[in-house]
Amino acid sequence: MHHFTPLSAALGGLFIGLASVLLLWLNGRIAGITGILGGAFAAPMRENVWRWLFLLGMVLGAGVYYAWPGASVAAARQGFPPVLLVFAGLLTGFGTSMAGGCTSGHGVCGLGRLSLRSLVATVTFLLVAIATTFVVRHVLGFAS
Amino acid sequence: MNESRGVLRALVALVSGTVFGLGLAVAQMTDPRKVLGFLDIAGPWDASLLFVLGAATGLYAVTYRFIRRRAAPVLDAQFHWPKLTSIDTSLVVGSALFGIGWGMAGYCPGPAVASLGFGNAEALWVLPSILAGIGLQRVSRRWLS
Repeated sequence: MHHFTPLSAALGGLFIGLASVLLLWLNGRIAGITGILGGAFAAPMRENVWRWLFLLGMVLGAGVYYAWPGASVAAARQGFPPVLLVFAGLLTGFGTSMAGGCTSGHGVCGLGRLSLRSLVATVTFLLVAIATTFVVRHVLGFAS
Repeated sequence: MNESRGVLRALVALVSGTVFGLGLAVAQMTDPRKVLGFLDIAGPWDASLLFVLGAATGLYAVTYRFIRRRAAPVLDAQFHWPKLTSIDTSLVVGSALFGIGWGMAGYCPGPAVASLGFGNAEALWVLPSILAGIGLQRVSRRWLS
Protein backbone atom coordinates (compact mmCIF):
# COMPACT_ATOMS: atom_id res chain seq x y z
CA MET A 1 0.00 0.00 0.00
CA HIS A 2 2.99 2.29 0.27
CA HIS A 3 3.97 3.83 -2.98
CA PHE A 4 6.91 5.91 -3.99
CA THR A 5 5.86 9.55 -3.43
CA PRO A 6 8.80 11.71 -4.52
CA LEU A 7 6.80 14.95 -4.91
CA SER A 8 5.14 15.06 -1.49
CA ALA A 9 8.40 13.79 0.02
CA ALA A 10 10.43 16.60 -1.57
CA LEU A 11 7.79 19.20 -0.68
CA GLY A 12 7.70 18.02 2.93
CA GLY A 13 11.50 18.03 2.96
CA LEU A 14 11.52 21.63 1.70
CA PHE A 15 9.20 22.62 4.56
CA ILE A 16 11.48 20.89 7.08
CA GLY A 17 14.51 22.60 5.53
CA LEU A 18 12.77 25.99 5.50
CA ALA A 19 11.77 25.64 9.16
CA SER A 20 15.36 24.75 10.09
CA VAL A 21 16.77 27.65 8.05
CA LEU A 22 14.39 30.15 9.69
CA LEU A 23 15.39 28.98 13.16
CA LEU A 24 19.09 29.36 12.34
CA TRP A 25 18.92 32.64 10.41
CA LEU A 26 16.58 34.46 12.81
CA ASN A 27 17.24 32.82 16.20
CA GLY A 28 20.67 31.27 15.68
CA ARG A 29 19.43 27.87 16.85
CA ILE A 30 19.84 24.35 15.46
CA ALA A 31 16.52 22.65 14.71
CA GLY A 32 17.49 19.34 16.33
CA ILE A 33 14.48 17.66 17.90
CA THR A 34 16.49 15.57 20.36
CA GLY A 35 18.32 18.64 21.65
CA ILE A 36 15.09 20.63 21.85
CA LEU A 37 13.30 17.82 23.70
CA GLY A 38 16.14 17.28 26.16
CA GLY A 39 16.70 20.98 26.71
CA ALA A 40 13.00 21.62 27.25
CA PHE A 41 13.21 19.76 30.54
CA ALA A 42 16.77 20.61 31.53
CA ALA A 43 17.47 24.28 30.85
CA PRO A 44 16.13 27.08 33.09
CA MET A 45 12.53 27.93 32.15
CA ARG A 46 13.41 31.42 30.96
CA GLU A 47 15.72 30.08 28.25
CA ASN A 48 13.26 27.35 27.49
CA VAL A 49 10.18 29.07 26.20
CA TRP A 50 11.30 28.83 22.57
CA ARG A 51 11.79 25.06 22.86
CA TRP A 52 8.25 24.51 24.15
CA LEU A 53 6.84 26.82 21.48
CA PHE A 54 8.75 24.95 18.77
CA LEU A 55 7.41 21.61 20.05
CA LEU A 56 3.89 23.02 20.28
CA GLY A 57 4.25 24.25 16.70
CA MET A 58 5.27 20.77 15.52
CA VAL A 59 2.11 19.31 17.02
CA LEU A 60 -0.01 22.10 15.52
CA GLY A 61 1.60 21.85 12.09
CA ALA A 62 1.00 18.10 11.83
CA GLY A 63 -2.47 18.52 13.35
CA VAL A 64 -3.48 21.15 10.79
CA TYR A 65 -2.38 18.90 7.95
CA TYR A 66 -4.32 15.93 9.25
CA ALA A 67 -7.41 18.04 9.97
CA TRP A 68 -7.32 19.59 6.50
CA PRO A 69 -10.41 18.57 4.49
CA GLY A 70 -9.39 16.33 1.66
CA ALA A 71 -5.87 15.66 2.91
CA SER A 72 -4.93 12.12 2.00
CA VAL A 73 -3.84 10.53 5.22
CA ALA A 74 -3.43 6.87 6.06
CA ALA A 75 -5.15 5.49 9.14
CA ALA A 76 -2.84 4.91 12.09
CA ARG A 77 -1.02 1.59 12.26
CA GLN A 78 -2.92 -0.95 14.34
CA GLY A 79 -1.74 -3.85 16.44
CA PHE A 80 1.94 -2.96 16.76
CA PRO A 81 3.02 -4.30 20.19
CA PRO A 82 3.33 -1.47 22.76
CA VAL A 83 6.29 -3.27 24.36
CA LEU A 84 8.24 -2.81 21.13
CA LEU A 85 7.19 0.85 20.95
CA VAL A 86 8.48 1.39 24.49
CA PHE A 87 11.73 -0.50 23.91
CA ALA A 88 12.34 1.34 20.63
CA GLY A 89 11.53 4.68 22.26
CA LEU A 90 13.96 4.09 25.12
CA LEU A 91 16.77 3.12 22.72
CA THR A 92 15.96 6.12 20.50
CA GLY A 93 15.97 8.61 23.38
CA PHE A 94 19.08 7.18 25.02
CA GLY A 95 20.95 6.84 21.73
CA THR A 96 20.14 10.24 20.28
CA SER A 97 20.98 11.93 23.57
CA MET A 98 24.31 10.06 23.70
CA ALA A 99 25.09 10.96 20.09
CA GLY A 100 23.93 14.55 20.53
CA GLY A 101 21.39 14.46 17.71
CA CYS A 102 18.99 12.50 15.54
CA THR A 103 17.66 12.68 12.00
CA SER A 104 17.05 16.43 12.27
CA GLY A 105 20.07 17.69 14.24
CA HIS A 106 22.68 15.42 12.63
CA GLY A 107 20.76 14.50 9.49
CA VAL A 108 19.37 17.79 8.17
CA CYS A 109 21.24 20.54 10.03
CA GLY A 110 24.54 18.69 10.52
CA LEU A 111 24.82 17.39 6.96
CA GLY A 112 23.72 20.82 5.73
CA ARG A 113 26.67 22.37 7.58
CA LEU A 114 28.96 19.69 6.08
CA SER A 115 29.85 18.46 9.58
CA LEU A 116 31.95 15.29 9.49
CA ARG A 117 30.68 14.39 12.96
CA SER A 118 27.10 14.51 11.71
CA LEU A 119 27.98 12.50 8.60
CA VAL A 120 29.41 9.72 10.79
CA ALA A 121 26.28 9.80 12.98
CA THR A 122 23.88 9.78 10.02
CA VAL A 123 25.61 6.94 8.18
CA THR A 124 25.75 4.94 11.43
CA PHE A 125 22.08 5.26 12.39
CA LEU A 126 20.91 4.74 8.81
CA LEU A 127 22.91 1.54 8.33
CA VAL A 128 21.97 0.16 11.76
CA ALA A 129 18.30 1.02 11.19
CA ILE A 130 18.34 -0.73 7.79
CA ALA A 131 19.95 -3.80 9.39
CA THR A 132 17.45 -3.75 12.28
CA THR A 133 14.45 -3.50 9.96
CA PHE A 134 15.84 -6.41 7.99
CA VAL A 135 16.21 -8.56 11.10
CA VAL A 136 12.80 -7.61 12.51
CA ARG A 137 10.92 -8.15 9.25
CA HIS A 138 12.78 -10.86 7.41
CA VAL A 139 14.64 -12.85 10.08
CA LEU A 140 12.16 -12.67 12.96
CA GLY A 141 9.33 -12.50 10.44
CA PHE A 142 7.58 -9.68 12.21
CA ALA A 143 5.75 -7.65 9.57
CA SER A 144 4.37 -4.28 10.55
CA MET B 1 14.24 46.57 22.36
CA ASN B 2 15.67 43.40 23.90
CA GLU B 3 12.26 42.42 25.14
CA SER B 4 10.62 42.82 21.75
CA ARG B 5 13.40 40.73 20.20
CA GLY B 6 12.61 38.06 22.78
CA VAL B 7 8.96 38.07 21.76
CA LEU B 8 9.93 37.85 18.10
CA ARG B 9 12.26 34.91 18.84
CA ALA B 10 9.39 33.12 20.57
CA LEU B 11 7.17 33.77 17.57
CA VAL B 12 9.85 32.49 15.18
CA ALA B 13 10.17 29.31 17.25
CA LEU B 14 6.43 28.71 17.06
CA VAL B 15 6.27 29.37 13.31
CA SER B 16 9.37 27.30 12.61
CA GLY B 17 8.01 24.40 14.66
CA THR B 18 4.69 24.61 12.82
CA VAL B 19 6.34 24.53 9.39
CA PHE B 20 8.54 21.64 10.60
CA GLY B 21 5.53 19.61 11.81
CA LEU B 22 3.65 20.39 8.60
CA GLY B 23 6.65 19.19 6.59
CA LEU B 24 6.82 15.91 8.49
CA ALA B 25 3.12 15.32 7.85
CA VAL B 26 3.26 16.30 4.15
CA ALA B 27 6.22 13.96 3.66
CA GLN B 28 4.30 11.20 5.52
CA MET B 29 7.19 10.77 7.92
CA THR B 30 4.57 10.72 10.64
CA ASP B 31 3.57 7.29 9.31
CA PRO B 32 6.01 4.67 10.66
CA ARG B 33 5.06 2.30 7.83
CA LYS B 34 6.31 4.86 5.32
CA VAL B 35 9.60 5.16 7.21
CA LEU B 36 10.01 1.39 7.51
CA GLY B 37 9.20 1.07 3.80
CA PHE B 38 12.36 3.09 3.19
CA LEU B 39 14.48 1.24 5.76
CA ASP B 40 13.37 -2.16 4.45
CA ILE B 41 15.60 -2.54 1.41
CA ALA B 42 14.72 -6.23 1.10
CA GLY B 43 11.01 -5.46 0.69
CA PRO B 44 9.29 -3.36 -2.00
CA TRP B 45 11.68 -0.48 -1.37
CA ASP B 46 10.21 3.02 -1.10
CA ALA B 47 12.88 5.65 -1.74
CA SER B 48 10.65 8.59 -0.72
CA LEU B 49 12.56 9.33 2.48
CA LEU B 50 15.69 10.04 0.45
CA PHE B 51 13.76 12.88 -1.20
CA VAL B 52 12.73 14.25 2.20
CA LEU B 53 16.28 14.24 3.49
CA GLY B 54 17.69 15.45 0.17
CA ALA B 55 15.32 18.42 -0.11
CA ALA B 56 15.66 19.45 3.53
CA THR B 57 19.43 19.07 3.67
CA GLY B 58 19.91 20.61 0.22
CA LEU B 59 17.95 23.74 1.11
CA TYR B 60 19.78 23.99 4.45
CA ALA B 61 23.20 23.54 2.83
CA VAL B 62 22.60 26.23 0.21
CA THR B 63 21.24 28.81 2.69
CA TYR B 64 23.80 27.98 5.35
CA ARG B 65 26.56 29.32 3.10
CA PHE B 66 24.95 32.76 3.34
CA ILE B 67 23.82 32.62 6.95
CA ARG B 68 27.27 31.67 8.24
CA ARG B 69 28.73 34.93 6.91
CA ARG B 70 26.64 36.87 9.42
CA ALA B 71 28.22 37.84 12.72
CA ALA B 72 24.97 37.02 14.50
CA PRO B 73 21.46 35.82 13.76
CA VAL B 74 18.82 38.48 13.07
CA LEU B 75 17.17 38.30 16.49
CA ASP B 76 19.94 37.23 18.87
CA ALA B 77 23.43 38.36 19.90
CA GLN B 78 25.15 35.16 18.75
CA PHE B 79 24.68 31.85 17.00
CA HIS B 80 24.23 28.85 19.27
CA TRP B 81 26.43 26.41 17.36
CA PRO B 82 26.86 22.83 18.58
CA LYS B 83 29.85 22.67 20.92
CA LEU B 84 31.00 19.16 20.08
CA THR B 85 32.95 18.48 16.91
CA SER B 86 34.90 15.32 17.75
CA ILE B 87 34.06 11.88 16.41
CA ASP B 88 34.08 9.64 19.46
CA THR B 89 32.64 6.42 20.86
CA SER B 90 29.55 8.16 22.25
CA LEU B 91 28.68 9.47 18.79
CA VAL B 92 28.93 6.07 17.13
CA VAL B 93 27.44 3.94 19.93
CA GLY B 94 24.62 6.43 20.52
CA SER B 95 23.80 6.60 16.81
CA ALA B 96 23.82 2.79 16.62
CA LEU B 97 21.40 2.52 19.57
CA PHE B 98 19.16 5.07 17.89
CA GLY B 99 19.34 3.07 14.65
CA ILE B 100 18.08 -0.04 16.46
CA GLY B 101 15.14 1.89 17.92
CA TRP B 102 14.35 3.62 14.63
CA GLY B 103 14.51 0.42 12.58
CA MET B 104 12.37 -1.45 15.10
CA ALA B 105 9.34 0.83 15.33
CA GLY B 106 9.80 3.47 12.60
CA TYR B 107 9.84 6.54 14.84
CA CYS B 108 12.59 9.10 15.13
CA PRO B 109 12.01 11.88 17.71
CA GLY B 110 10.46 14.48 15.35
CA PRO B 111 7.60 12.31 14.08
CA ALA B 112 7.02 11.03 17.63
CA VAL B 113 6.34 14.64 18.71
CA ALA B 114 4.32 15.57 15.62
CA SER B 115 2.17 12.44 16.03
CA LEU B 116 0.58 14.07 19.07
CA GLY B 117 -1.14 16.36 16.55
CA PHE B 118 -3.56 13.69 15.38
CA GLY B 119 -5.16 10.57 16.76
CA ASN B 120 -2.18 8.25 16.81
CA ALA B 121 -2.22 6.17 19.98
CA GLU B 122 1.30 4.85 19.28
CA ALA B 123 2.76 8.27 20.06
CA LEU B 124 1.50 7.92 23.62
CA TRP B 125 3.87 4.97 24.04
CA VAL B 126 6.77 6.18 21.94
CA LEU B 127 7.16 9.79 23.02
CA PRO B 128 7.25 9.21 26.82
CA SER B 129 9.73 6.38 26.19
CA ILE B 130 11.97 8.66 24.14
CA LEU B 131 11.83 11.28 26.91
CA ALA B 132 12.65 8.61 29.50
CA GLY B 133 15.59 7.47 27.35
CA ILE B 134 16.92 11.01 27.05
CA GLY B 135 16.50 11.48 30.82
CA LEU B 136 18.27 8.20 31.61
CA GLN B 137 21.16 9.11 29.36
CA ARG B 138 21.54 12.56 30.92
CA VAL B 139 21.49 11.10 34.44
CA SER B 140 23.97 8.33 33.61
CA ARG B 141 26.28 10.83 31.94
CA ARG B 142 26.30 12.90 35.11
CA TRP B 143 27.12 9.82 37.22
CA LEU B 144 29.95 8.75 34.96
CA SER B 145 31.63 12.12 34.84
